[in-house]
Amino acid sequence: MSLTTAPAPAASPATPRARPTRSRGATQRFRDVVVLTGRNLLHIKREPLQLSDVTVQPVLFTLLFIYVFGSGVVLPGGGSYKDFAIAGLLAMNLTTSSMGTAVGLSSDLGSGVIDRFRTLSMWRPAVLVGRSLADLMTAVICSAFVGATGLLVGWRPDAGVASVAAGFAIFLLFSYALSWGCACLGMVSKSAESAQGIGLVILFPLAIVSNALVPTEHMPVVLRTIADWNPVSAVTTASRKFFGNPNPSVTIHAWPMQHAVLASLLWSVALIAIFAPLATALYRRRTTD
Amino acid sequence: MTHDLMIEARGLRKSFGPTVALDGIDLEVPAGAILGVLGPNGAGKTTAVRILTTLSIPDAGSARVAGHDVVREAAAVQRNIGVTAQDATLDEVLTGRENLVMIGRLSGLRRAQARLRAAELLDQFDLVDAADRVLKEYSGGMRRRLDLAAGLLTRPPVLFLDEPTTGLDPTSRVRMWEVIRGLVADGVTLLLTTQYLDEADELADRIVVIDHGRVIANGTSAELKTQTGGARLELTLSEVHTAAAQVLAPFVEGAVHVSHDGRRLRAPVRATTGLASTVVRALDDAGITVDDVELRQPSLDDVFFALTGHPTEEPDNADLEVARS
Repeated sequence: MSLTTAPAPAASPATPRARPTRSRGATQRFRDVVVLTGRNLLHIKREPLQLSDVTVQPVLFTLLFIYVFGSGVVLPGGGSYKDFAIAGLLAMNLTTSSMGTAVGLSSDLGSGVIDRFRTLSMWRPAVLVGRSLADLMTAVICSAFVGATGLLVGWRPDAGVASVAAGFAIFLLFSYALSWGCACLGMVSKSAESAQGIGLVILFPLAIVSNALVPTEHMPVVLRTIADWNPVSAVTTASRKFFGNPNPSVTIHAWPMQHAVLASLLWSVALIAIFAPLATALYRRRTTD
Repeated sequence: MTHDLMIEARGLRKSFGPTVALDGIDLEVPAGAILGVLGPNGAGKTTAVRILTTLSIPDAGSARVAGHDVVREAAAVQRNIGVTAQDATLDEVLTGRENLVMIGRLSGLRRAQARLRAAELLDQFDLVDAADRVLKEYSGGMRRRLDLAAGLLTRPPVLFLDEPTTGLDPTSRVRMWEVIRGLVADGVTLLLTTQYLDEADELADRIVVIDHGRVIANGTSAELKTQTGGARLELTLSEVHTAAAQVLAPFVEGAVHVSHDGRRLRAPVRATTGLASTVVRALDDAGITVDDVELRQPSLDDVFFALTGHPTEEPDNADLEVARS
């Protein structure tokens, strides 16, 4: 079945080639990440409706929880629910919005654009890293909306600027770590819709069964144990500490509640250490045929 | 001559579950040549292109593009190829220019280089007016041109075009052909797949016909036509002349068919140089004047039918160009 083609027609002198000036390695990888992060940010700019998850929802949640729940919750050890709630609302909003990573990757995989990327000599994981960094930007927007709404309705942190910033930063780190988990979810789900469906089932309980919105002490024992060991609770407790806000969980004996900052950092690092390599492997598997 | 081959595939096989997409395909394209890979839907064309462009790994066989193995040296292959896939592979939410700059940057061009090259290509493909519109507003023909431009950012020496005109309206199709001819004039090596026989005939130096994952024929367009049935001579006389068929007889192979009105004559011939002139001169010498003479080559549709025993599928009209908005 072999075939031989005729001698080549003399190729006309090739036009000067704009050969990629390639410095393989870190520089090019960094550039690929920057380019793809920029691309994802452009998506957000062009389709602001996508942003409602991190703009409208945080404002709505903040108002609803503060005025509806806040009227019924009495904090052990006293303090205002508004002051207690803001860290919890950050937890709630950032946890659920990390789903955006799953949805975004999943819809990219469903379009032809990934095939195009794969024919380029770019650094493959840049697709994932670029996505996670763009989603970190949306998490920043999300926390800004929660913080601003909180300030408008009377939230008052009782700490220095650096400490308050640390309270936000520890949440952003956690949200970044979670988005790698969500990246894995995006890689194994068939469509953006199913990614969103599955994501909600996992992330919503994760956010709710915690000390984010109500103190855990009156929960049934099983729920309470789960809540005290839930990474979301650790981060929320750490954040309340940094904000200088009412923080009933510090009296709980569970290790993460006693060492909330360390626990938050450990959780975040562990999630990244597990899910970033896993997402990369899943991405390779998903895009190899 | 191996070192002159820009694309070289040996015994490529690929199955998807029980479906055999490629059943041992060999391809060779010398530098600067255009190979047309012709076959109906599902023949294995796209699978072959996906393997050659590093998107898919063959189950067996090997392939080299620009001298590099497509599996072991994928990155080197990627630096030498431009690809225009059958399905749109650009970002719908970005503008044409943003897409090109992004792809240029991801191919290793510096920002300024990428911008300059994007502007050149937008100009070359007549997309300047649409350059800063998002792709959602592009028509099918504009998308295809942009997709082609996206494969050219680094001026790769080898290009793969997978069904570049499928689904385009006739005007966009002819325009795409012009664009492709322009590229070839630059000396690139090109592998083009198509279900359109006239497209392969128009653009390719050589044609490989594949069906059910196998190469069933290859050669130049003319060779393929000769392989499968000869040419036909068709004449229209100014007025009926009973001796016409006799005069024609020595030049044809087989019987001369005369139409009911006696003015039109048809006969199988072996196409040789100057045949039409010779026939007309002979008729003229016999005092017979000719209004029209045509030497018809068999179409590639005839060729395909002769090779496979089934006609090529009708192009799918369902996905004719629709401006998505």
